[in-house]
Amino acid sequence: MSAPRQRVVVDPVTRIEGHLRIEAETDAEGRITRAYSAGTMVRGIELILQGRDPRDAWAYTQRICGVCTLVHGIASVRAVEAALGIAIPPNAQLIRNLMIAAQHVHDHVMHFYHLHALDWVDVVSALKADPGRTAELARSVSKWPKSTPGHFADMQRRLKGFVESGQLGIFANGYWGHPGYRLPPEANLMAVAHYIEALAWQRDVVKLHAVFGGKNPHPNLVVGGVPCAVSLEAEPRGRGPGFRGGRPATALDADGLQTVREAIRSMREFVDEVYLPDALAIAAHYKDWFRQGEGVGNFLCFGDFPGAGGMRIPAGAILDRDLATVHPVDLEAEGEIQEFVAHAWYAYRDGKERGLHPYRGETEFAYTGPRPPYEHLDVERDYSWIKSPRWKGRPMEVGPLARVLLLYARGHESARALVDASLRRLGLPLEALYSTMGRTAARALETKLFADAMPGWLDALTANIEAGDLRTFEERRWDPTTWPKRARGAGFMEAPRGALAHWVAIEDGRIAGYQTVVPSTWNAGPRDAAGREGPYEAALKGHRLADAKRPLEILRTIHSFDPCIACAVHVLDTEGGERVRVQA
Amino acid sequence: MDRQDTLIDRLARHGVTRRAFLKYCATLASLMALPPAAARAMAEALAKAERPSVIWLSFQECTGCTESLTRSHTHGVEALILESLSLDYHHTLQAASGEAAERAREAAMKRHAGRYLLVVDGSIPVKDGGVYSTFAGISNLDLLLEAARDAAAVVAVGTCAAFGGLPAAKPNPTGAVPVAEIVRDKPLINVPGCPPIPEVITGVLAHWLVFRTPPALDRLGRPRAFYGDTVHDHCYRLPFYFQGKYAKSFDDEGARKGWCLYELGCKGPVTRNACARMKWNGATSFPVESGHGCLGCSEPGFWDAGGFYRPMS
Ligand code: SF4
Repeated sequence: MSAPRQRVVVDPVTRIEGHLRIEAETDAEGRITRAYSAGTMVRGIELILQGRDPRDAWAYTQRICGVCTLVHGIASVRAVEAALGIAIPPNAQLIRNLMIAAQHVHDHVMHFYHLHALDWVDVVSALKADPGRTAELARSVSKWPKSTPGHFADMQRRLKGFVESGQLGIFANGYWGHPGYRLPPEANLMAVAHYIEALAWQRDVVKLHAVFGGKNPHPNLVVGGVPCAVSLEAEPRGRGPGFRGGRPATALDADGLQTVREAIRSMREFVDEVYLPDALAIAAHYKDWFRQGEGVGNFLCFGDFPGAGGMRIPAGAILDRDLATVHPVDLEAEGEIQEFVAHAWYAYRDGKERGLHPYRGETEFAYTGPRPPYEHLDVERDYSWIKSPRWKGRPMEVGPLARVLLLYARGHESARALVDASLRRLGLPLEALYSTMGRTAARALETKLFADAMPGWLDALTANIEAGDLRTFEERRWDPTTWPKRARGAGFMEAPRGALAHWVAIEDGRIAGYQTVVPSTWNAGPRDAAGREGPYEAALKGHRLADAKRPLEILRTIHSFDPCIACAVHVLDTEGGERVRVQA
Repeated sequence: MDRQDTLIDRLARHGVTRRAFLKYCATLASLMALPPAAARAMAEALAKAERPSVIWLSFQECTGCTESLTRSHTHGVEALILESLSLDYHHTLQAASGEAAERAREAAMKRHAGRYLLVVDGSIPVKDGGVYSTFAGISNLDLLLEAARDAAAVVAVGTCAAFGGLPAAKPNPTGAVPVAEIVRDKPLINVPGCPPIPEVITGVLAHWLVFRTPPALDRLGRPRAFYGDTVHDHCYRLPFYFQGKYAKSFDDEGARKGWCLYELGCKGPVTRNACARMKWNGATSFPVESGHGCLGCSEPGFWDAGGFYRPMS
């Protein structure tokens, strides 16, 4: 490294899913001139999938991530269904929509409070808050019934006891008191109270997944529909061996539907009365963060929520902030989506400079980094287990901001109204969205859009059931003997962190190749062969660190993307068997 | 201990009444098949307990085990975090990052040397010098050895940490191994499941909080109280199994009537876990009740057991 520069390393980046390391170079003023994003864990799940039953793939790929615990399962069953030409029944579509939307709402709320909030909220400052004034503040932004002086006084007492115990636990060594924290004590207390409330709220709303999928995390799915049949009446079991009293036939009965309805009500209430008001209230104190942290200015969506009418995320690409032109996206086209490994610890047969379409993806571990324990990565060469996907050669940002922009560009009415009203309240132009705080705000806004769409899907499902349509699974093509000798297909969805797709190749009833291109791979990937940075790396550039020893600014921008690194690091091979070689 | 403050005081501040607390102890005692008198002893011990330090390390994992921890209904994680344990290192939940996080971990390990509980999720890749998973530039193997040295006991949460799990499935590209292959000189509690049932994780932690010893374990290191019986033993569809009434498809008459899922590949008969008994997410359902056969996710090697939809022979 040349002399005046300083290298700031954040490893582990915490409050994310997985293992992420950021190295940044700063100039004499403490401004970041170059940043490097490195995924430091790999499992090789696609290698593990080789030769297995494609109907099982959803369970393996679902374990790519337990936070967005549904999404790889959905992309996987959709890929296999696309390959085999299976159309799932309308009820299954509606149930999947409900499960996907619930995943977004759950994930976004937890991200905001448990992973991101502490970048903006100073827990220690909350001790100085006046509970009465906190209640006033809370009531000025929403009608959440818990916003009473007594409630906040209570929360403050708990926090105080905790801090005074000297055992700070997960709050130990936070950057408390950093000059970057700017919320008044009352706003801090309000957010800390909601941090705790959100923990209790989230474990109730996942009951929606439990009804349809039997459990959460990692609910069950099935190729061809959903596993849970609708049960209108249980068959008496008789008092023979194994009898354990009367129980329903399946979880998806009248009670189950009621549980789902209640979960949706609770989600919408929390989003409307707690999450969205908090996000906007906090954002109002950090308007300078609407002017930095943009990233690459290109945005990509694969689309989701199929079905008639209502909420539907469009597919498309936006380049260089140009909302007037939405480019169509084709997952099958060789020249569109490609993955590069120029700075990742993999080798390609025809050289590291090439980009490969997922159907031609290759996997060869080729670790060239330093032997652990190490101080620094060799950022001039390879420095990550994450590949660099590109669309028509460009780095693209995926996720809530991409979706909100796509909806906006496509003229989606409620999305436009919500975005315009929120920006107006903050006194900011549309361009403010291209930023760290813009990303965080977009996440809150889309959560409301998805939560509001859920009752419609549930009503449609109940109406179908009442009209006698109970179908939840397509039986045809379940049996592998009915499959063509060779088939391949792509399945896609919008995961909380962005556009997600799986590509599967099937031969003689077995997986011959499997590839996933994942949201955090788009966002967290390293430089490509042309030296173009990925979105994390680009977004960090220009940040000025107030204190290089406490790089709060880096955390703010990285967390605004909601990293999911176990997802981002994947290993694939759609063409051949496993080829693992390590050169280090 | 820094101040005289009992758990009862702390819970009271948290809005948990003494009665609710005793009820929790009774539930836990019965879940863990302890005699009824144990509930009172537990309540007393818990009420006096200082917050034991917990260091939670995540290796080759998907964070599903941590997510599961947060879903616990008998002992809310917010209470767990704030009132009963001192979660001194947990990279998904903690505020500090980078160096500050590592310093917090080192400080806790020093201060509570010999007393802290080490919890691990994820497998440990040992091939090629551990390059397949590092954090803070340190290989998982080195970090585990270092953290285990002064731990009072180790809990391997999830099938990856307990038995190798998905990363160790064939062909095990990164040489992933479970905790048991590395830590051999400490009490080790395996809490398998992909992920484990939330209340099983918190139950094991609460047991530690009270007794500071592992619960009774089976030969695979699993707490007998939770892993003593199979899913099948307690499955509500068992009468249909005996009557030979099987669902043959996910949406046939049998599926809608809740018949046995054996022919759709259910692994309940060979899977030791408490799903059928305790159920999931506030007892809302469990996989079989929602129409899918048991994957067998808490058993060693379940990923390589021949397919989730192939009936056991
Ligand atoms: S559904 Fe599975 S666990 Fe239940 S009785 Fe049938 S085989 Fe046993």
